[in-house]
Amino acid sequence: MSKRKISVALTGLNNTDNPGPGVPVIRGIRESAFFDPRIIGLAYENLEPAIYMHDVVDKAYQVPYPSEGSDVLVQRILEIHDKDPFDVLIPNFDAELYAFMRAEKTLRQAGIRTFLPTLEQFEERHKSTLPDFGEKYEVKVPFSKPIYKQEEIQELKEDFEYPLMVKGKFYDAYLAYNTEQVKMHYNKISAKWGLPIIIQEFIKGTEVNVVALGDGKGNTVGAVPMRKQYITDKGKAWAGITLDDKKLLNLTYHIISSMKWRGGMELEIVKSFSNELYVIEINPRIPAWVYLAVGAGQNLPEALLKLALGMDVQPYTEYEVGKMFIRYSSDLITDLKEFEKLSTLGEL
Amino acid sequence: MKIKKNIAVSETGFVFDPTSGESYSINGTGQQIIALLREDKSPEEISAIMTGAYEIDAASFEKYYYDFMGMLRQFQLIEEDE
Repeated sequence: MSKRKISVALTGLNNTDNPGPGVPVIRGIRESAFFDPRIIGLAYENLEPAIYMHDVVDKAYQVPYPSEGSDVLVQRILEIHDKDPFDVLIPNFDAELYAFMRAEKTLRQAGIRTFLPTLEQFEERHKSTLPDFGEKYEVKVPFSKPIYKQEEIQELKEDFEYPLMVKGKFYDAYLAYNTEQVKMHYNKISAKWGLPIIIQEFIKGTEVNVVALGDGKGNTVGAVPMRKQYITDKGKAWAGITLDDKKLLNLTYHIISSMKWRGGMELEIVKSFSNELYVIEINPRIPAWVYLAVGAGQNLPEALLKLALGMDVQPYTEYEVGKMFIRYSSDLITDLKEFEKLSTLGEL
Repeated sequence: MKIKKNIAVSETGFVFDPTSGESYSINGTGQQIIALLREDKSPEEISAIMTGAYEIDAASFEKYYYDFMGMLRQFQLIEEDE
């Protein structure tokens, strides 16, 4: 069978100790038995490594941050598409999703397919509204509260016991043992990601994660649970292993079917010492460790691509338990000419 | 007392719990006891087999046996309904 030629544009090409999902998503797509892809990398920074990894990204373009305005970002995407057409766009950052969800119709009219959650789904699973989410979908969640002012920190002891979690609306999470530590994390996170800051009850237990894909009709196309085996000081998995846990999978199926979730997602769950599952975060996109799912038998990036193209996708029902990933860093050597080209022309 | 069905024990004594993702190493004696537990042997039967095979009296074996069982329980390798 000859493979279907397809052009895919993706973000998330950064690969620090807090890596974006771009490279692992591309690896999944490149390993597809169905697609023969041409990959267009969309980079926010000119030192995102995948720009210079020519066996990963065929062509790279610089794009403006969503903070410069959703319309500016979408306009740049359309400009790139005019010059170098692509079939599917896979955004890999939480912070840019809003812009692309809002522009879904405009993108579709231009011939760009996406497979994203709806605005309502995106808003519902926000960290700041997690208690409402838990109540609506009958899922255990830690008590949490958004705060908008430093003055609110002193009052936290009325609702919380220390230690507690201090989280940014998109990224970053720190454990705080007293008000001083909350203040420090509040300043650090708000400077980076803005307000609100989410204060969350700390649940003691083991953190487990699930990467999953919903078809938007309530079906789970694939789901693979993982436990982090080695965690960086940013709380990111540097190694992990797939689990055989029916309770975790059933919780995932329940969330996807009741929300009718559309697109990739990552569930962050704490399994308490009494074996209760608390959903602590729902990330509205594929996580950076997705290549473990591919290695375990579920090529979720390929399935996402098929869904974006409106193809029929058979749900994955199995994966290999005990499959591990171990991340590594590698020094990529490139020429100043390449860096210069991207920096001056905005493409490489 | 039963070992969870999905616990994998390799010939080298590597124990993997696929529910938690945890792994452990046990020595040959531990492997032997886990194999006997899997055969649904009672503590008395296990004690008889082990004291017959090794130079250890039943009272000393019992102490080590229940220490080992406590460890298996702590690591949640034992069926919950036990």
